[in-house]
Amino acid sequence: MPTLTRWFVKTAMVYLAFSLIMGIWIAFGPVLGQGGLAGLFPVYLHLLVFGWLTQLIFGVAYWMFPKYARGQPRGSETLGWATYVLFNVGLLLRAAGEMVAMRQTQSVWAWLLVISALLQWLAVMLFIVNIWPRVRGK
Amino acid sequence: MPKLSRWLVRTSLIHLAAGSTLGALLLADKGISFWPVVWLTLPWHMEFLLLGWMVQLAMGVAFWILPRYASGPPRGNERWIWLAYASLNTGIGMIVLHLWIRSAWLIIAGRFLETAAVILFVIGNWRRVKPFGADV
Repeated sequence: MPTLTRWFVKTAMVYLAFSLIMGIWIAFGPVLGQGGLAGLFPVYLHLLVFGWLTQLIFGVAYWMFPKYARGQPRGSETLGWATYVLFNVGLLLRAAGEMVAMRQTQSVWAWLLVISALLQWLAVMLFIVNIWPRVRGK
Repeated sequence: MPKLSRWLVRTSLIHLAAGSTLGALLLADKGISFWPVVWLTLPWHMEFLLLGWMVQLAMGVAFWILPRYASGPPRGNERWIWLAYASLNTGIGMIVLHLWIRSAWLIIAGRFLETAAVILFVIGNWRRVKPFGADV
């Protein structure tokens, strides 16, 4: 398993655990008199579906898809690492931005969501550009 | 990777691009409201990413890597899976059209087609879920 795949898969596992813990926290909201925690449901959902599932898919696809070329079996490693960094910085900024923006609307934190959206979108596009030529026969 | 898997995987990547673009616009609008009408596309965002990307990618990779048959066509009758491919993407297309044509029947037909796609896929691959080397 290549190094980049190990990073993707292990980070995905951390997101899985973290998102489920966040689910417990949100569930405690009404009991603790913090109904506003329900506003974090989209963050919980995206940490699970994007941080865990999509990131796991990215890592495994980078590893298992047909080789790109003999000297460069997995396409551009630089693009792969750029995907990993943009993806995770974007997702963490989103989580932080949404948590703070819940309390302070129209603050500088709101711009974090814009930046995180851009970073995550770029990560996905880089992944597609890198993996597309590897969707091929032997 | 067989041709049919390439179609499924590439189409799933197109759905990933579309769903993520909408997702980025939705998230950015959540931060600084600049185009509120984008929220009308929230169902597309979910449809593209859950059905178009994840389910379709899983179908493409499963068709590629599940154990092959010992005799006859190695991956069985591909017609089932081609039909599943057409049915899934037509179904998603109908859900998307609903933004312009507000008929509940469009959603119902779309959901039927998506379900049919999964059933066709299961029928076409059921016997391939077997131990490697089994004489089936």
